[in-house]
Amino acid sequence: MLGLVNISKDYEDKPLLIDVSFTLAAGETICLLGASGSGKSTLLRIIAGLEPPDAGQVLWDGADLSSTPPHARDFGLVFQDYALFPHLTVFENAAFGLRMRKLPNDEIKPRVAEVLDLVNLLGFEKRKVTDLSGGEQQRVALARALAPSPRLLMFDEPLGALDRTLKDDLLNELRTILHRTKIPAIYVTHDQEEAFAIADRVVLLHNGRIVREGSPAEVWSSPGSAWAARFLGVGNVVDGIVLKVQGLRLKVETDFGVFEPHCEHHHAEGERIALLLRHESPSPFGRGARGEGREEINARVEDVLFQREQFKVTLRGGLVVYLDEALKIGEEISVAFAVECLGHE
Amino acid sequence: MQAKPRVVAKEQKSKFAGLPICSFAYWLPASLFLSLFFFYPLFRILALSLDASVLTAENLSRAFYVLRFTLYQASLSTLLTFLLGLPAAVLFARFEFRGKSLLRALTAIPFMLPTVVVAAGFNALLGPRGWLSFLFPLSSFQFTGTLTAILIAHVFYNTTIVIRIVGNALAHLDPRLEQAARILGADSRRVWRDVTLPLLRGPMLAAGLLVFLFDFTSFGVVLLLGGPQFSTLEVEIYIQALQFLDLPMAALLSLIQLLCTLIFSILYSRVVTRTSVPLTPKPSIALPPKTVREKIFAASFLFLLSLFFVLPLLSLPLRSITRLEADRGERASVQYGLTGGYYAELFVNRRGSIFYVPPIEAARNSLVYAAATVVLSLALGFPVASALARPGRLERLLDPLLMLPLGASAVTLGIGFIVAFPRILASPWLVPLAHTIIALPFVIRALQPAIASIPDRLRHAAATLGASPFRVWRTVDWPILSRAILAAATFAFTVSLGEFSAAALLTRPDYPTLPVAISRFLSQPGGLNYGQAMAMSTILMLVTLIGILLIEKLRLPGAGEF
Amino acid sequence: MKRFLLLALVLLAACAPQTPALEAVVAPEATPTAAAAPIAAPATLTVMTHDSFAISESVLAAFEQANNIDVTFLAGGDTGSALNKVILSKDAPLADVFYGVDNTFLSRALEAGIFEPYESPMLANVSAEFRLDPQNRALPVDYGDVCINYDKAFFAKNDIPVPTTLGDLIRPEYYGLLAVENPATSSPGLAFLLATIAHFGPENYIGYWKELRANGLVVVNDWETAYYTNFSGSSGHGPQPMVVSYATSPAAEVIYADHPMDEAPTASVLGPDTCFRQIEFVGILAGTANRAAAEKFVDFMLSLPFQEDMPLQMFVLPVDEQAILPDSFYQFIEFPSQPATLSPDEIAANRERWVEEWTQAVLR
Repeated sequence: MLGLVNISKDYEDKPLLIDVSFTLAAGETICLLGASGSGKSTLLRIIAGLEPPDAGQVLWDGADLSSTPPHARDFGLVFQDYALFPHLTVFENAAFGLRMRKLPNDEIKPRVAEVLDLVNLLGFEKRKVTDLSGGEQQRVALARALAPSPRLLMFDEPLGALDRTLKDDLLNELRTILHRTKIPAIYVTHDQEEAFAIADRVVLLHNGRIVREGSPAEVWSSPGSAWAARFLGVGNVVDGIVLKVQGLRLKVETDFGVFEPHCEHHHAEGERIALLLRHESPSPFGRGARGEGREEINARVEDVLFQREQFKVTLRGGLVVYLDEALKIGEEISVAFAVECLGHE
Repeated sequence: MQAKPRVVAKEQKSKFAGLPICSFAYWLPASLFLSLFFFYPLFRILALSLDASVLTAENLSRAFYVLRFTLYQASLSTLLTFLLGLPAAVLFARFEFRGKSLLRALTAIPFMLPTVVVAAGFNALLGPRGWLSFLFPLSSFQFTGTLTAILIAHVFYNTTIVIRIVGNALAHLDPRLEQAARILGADSRRVWRDVTLPLLRGPMLAAGLLVFLFDFTSFGVVLLLGGPQFSTLEVEIYIQALQFLDLPMAALLSLIQLLCTLIFSILYSRVVTRTSVPLTPKPSIALPPKTVREKIFAASFLFLLSLFFVLPLLSLPLRSITRLEADRGERASVQYGLTGGYYAELFVNRRGSIFYVPPIEAARNSLVYAAATVVLSLALGFPVASALARPGRLERLLDPLLMLPLGASAVTLGIGFIVAFPRILASPWLVPLAHTIIALPFVIRALQPAIASIPDRLRHAAATLGASPFRVWRTVDWPILSRAILAAATFAFTVSLGEFSAAALLTRPDYPTLPVAISRFLSQPGGLNYGQAMAMSTILMLVTLIGILLIEKLRLPGAGEF
Repeated sequence: MKRFLLLALVLLAACAPQTPALEAVVAPEATPTAAAAPIAAPATLTVMTHDSFAISESVLAAFEQANNIDVTFLAGGDTGSALNKVILSKDAPLADVFYGVDNTFLSRALEAGIFEPYESPMLANVSAEFRLDPQNRALPVDYGDVCINYDKAFFAKNDIPVPTTLGDLIRPEYYGLLAVENPATSSPGLAFLLATIAHFGPENYIGYWKELRANGLVVVNDWETAYYTNFSGSSGHGPQPMVVSYATSPAAEVIYADHPMDEAPTASVLGPDTCFRQIEFVGILAGTANRAAAEKFVDFMLSLPFQEDMPLQMFVLPVDEQAILPDSFYQFIEFPSQPATLSPDEIAANRERWVEEWTQAVLR
């Protein structure tokens, strides 16, 4: 399947992608997650063949694709603003890739009907794409990419411009479609919820490098860096100074007290490191049951915000926890946190 | 006090963003102007001269004969202009290469050169004593007096229209549409056929209409390069009106020409579907050609364009510093000598004539008229183009009428002025007014697709992000508009420098422009006169070149700086 | 011989006493009343002309000063265009004086009634042959001969005799050597057509043109192309050694040569009827509010300072026989002894038919 080997790319003399490598397994959906400007869209364009990398290779089943032009790669790409052909109807947009493959009309028609059915747009064939709503346009873009049954599908922030409910609906449909068609896919987004909802595997890009790679659960449970934890919104990331080192167990002083987390790397005394304070639910089945690094913090409630089924409670110093009950501002509570070591700031 | 700036800003938005408050208001200035200075004089002269007695079978068959040739040569010329202009537009829009802006400006120069000068340029190249016959002594190539000469001159004149209108649209075409097509399996040929060309249909039709109308109403080229064997409607109108003083026949022909123009314009507005193609505010980045095919394409068209534009243009400056010391009358050997004498002579009033004009003053007169034309035509054209971008019933109705000035006979309009405005006819200010009549359709056609293409989505997005209306206009509309405004200004500038309709007006010999000065030199025998005409033509070329380069460099902050 | 005659004529003219009327017009000291009177605001006078009109700064300034008149010029295109514009604006005249109608258009102008009669005292010096309008609505100012110019070097080099008559031009040795202008678009072209009509008669001239056509005649639309693109004797170094131009063109070639010459490179064919005489007229436009100033300007155009300024400005010849021509005119020009003429009435009556017949015979 797809393999990236040490892809590097500079943009205006600044490194945009540095030594990016990963492979994509059959039927797998990978999510490239990163802030805007992290180079993830450029990576898609490199894979698609729209831009050459400065160094490194794009492989398909081990064969180098560098001399294969985009139209011969048999990939599909769904653009952020859909990039539908404004001069063509819904049908003709969806049929475009099939026409380019010189399929006869009697094969094109049923195939287009099939993909339009897949994206719930049957009956829209004759409509002008410029008259469609954002969500409908997105479905056309998806149908257009799916119709030729490409060997790889790529999505560049495909739901960025849509509202939340529509986004959730489309995301579910998309996941179903990807599962049904078994087409391997690379999905680029800056939205971790979207990423976790659709990905088999998440690749975190930061400053042009892959900083974390794994299943959504793996990445969530150990983000591996302060940046990743913050970007994913895993918990509260706090700064501290190493007071004492005992092998891998440290004594770290923070604004919220002195903690003794277990770290995977060696740190020297006096070093500044970041800790992750993850709210431990009182449930006995929670991870807090392991006991290790579990701390109680007493703090005053500074802000309470209702969010869906829970309340987002901001405590003194900016610690955030999600609780089931509505607390009053000013109340003093005690909350249990699991403390993990994130290493260097 | 606090509310005030907001109000101002709001007004600005509605004016520039093209939101229709009352579309009639957009039309008002230009309609008043055209009614007064175009339709009224035209109506007066046609009403005065039209006469049922002219409708004889003989006259009608003569008119039909002329109309047929006019249509034939215009269609052929337009086709050829696109054959050269489209690849050139691609070259300029897509590729970066050394000397690009200079070559781009050079292609615009023919547009404003008087026909006499273009004829001289081609003759120096292809004529009996031209370089071609110098290089290939055996070739007996007949240039002037052929249909080929008419066609080549039309292509030479009008390619810049295609380059500017289509090239500008191409540069702003959302690059992802082509990328989407490539990923969907389209090779570069099919990307062109199935995506790029259909998307460029609007701009191509706009450019096509302009080119066609110019060829359709061609006068000087047919008269001077085509010779007496060929006659277009405009040439025939000139002969009938000003040589035979047969006004009824001239009016009949003018009416036919006007009706044709109206039909073409109506067809155009019918054919152009109003769904304009979304453009991006920032032009796609032009890159040096990379692949072998790109390199071959770029190199061959660079070569072709240089050959076609630079050589005839270069032959004028060369001739202006070359003295041909010939054994007069010998058909071959001519000895060449370098001289600066023609330029020096320009500064001498040898005859002590009251109408002598130093070249700097002629250039100044030309530039003042051109600047006034640019300002006036932009001021009148922008509101109309904004209204046309969001067309309502009024727009559909009035749109075709806007193109009429291009198809109206300059001769007829000129004598219409005499009938309609005898009192102000002597005013030098009539000149930029007349130039604006011709420049206005250009300005509107150059601006309208750009305004129409500004995606509302972008503008709304910017507005919701908290941008003030003016900032919305600055960040969204302006980057797209500025290039179109630049193109429009260049057109107006060159239309004025080239003195399109001036022949039909009265001139004040004491305010001569560069083209007037050139034709004065050419109207008398003598090697010095001929050399001075070439020197003055060279100055006209330089003035235009500098003007165009300046306009293009003037890209105001925020425009095209990506 | 001809040259000697002309010289003698001019010498005579130079010795002749100046007429007083002339001095009244130009010399300030001759008009003491005007000089003594308080200086009034100058009268403004608008003069419409064709594009070829030119005048010396000093000559005009002297006139303006002497008469306290400001003159504005308007150019209306070539001869035909300018006249047509004047006719069209006859109800609201654009100007007070119109100069530039020639004998080929004269009847049209007079029929249209654009001029007011003015019996200028200066007409006394004008030979009767130029005074084509007995009512003096149009007053002759200058004349010129449209002739075939030839490239001297070509004929010398190739040892071909220079043609001397219109009939010579259809001989095979002149195949492809003559360029003419289209009479429908060019004033010299029309003049040459009229010369052939005068010579061969209205019945037979078409036959002559058909033979010219068969002999490789080259037709272009305008004088500029004919002279600079087609004529080998000009700086354009074209392919044809003969072109329809003016009898004065050889002098212009010397005066405006880019390197000094002691002999004109071209000359005119001066056989019987090979040249056609064009006479240009001035007239006061009907309805002018400046009749007095207009009269003064017309007098001025007929006065010696203007008549003598004209040849070098416009390369035409003065109608006042006393006017002294510039030296170069005597040195480099030969004038036709027998130019062709047709009456303005005959031209006006037949012009369109003749041009149409010509077009059918030569171009179609």
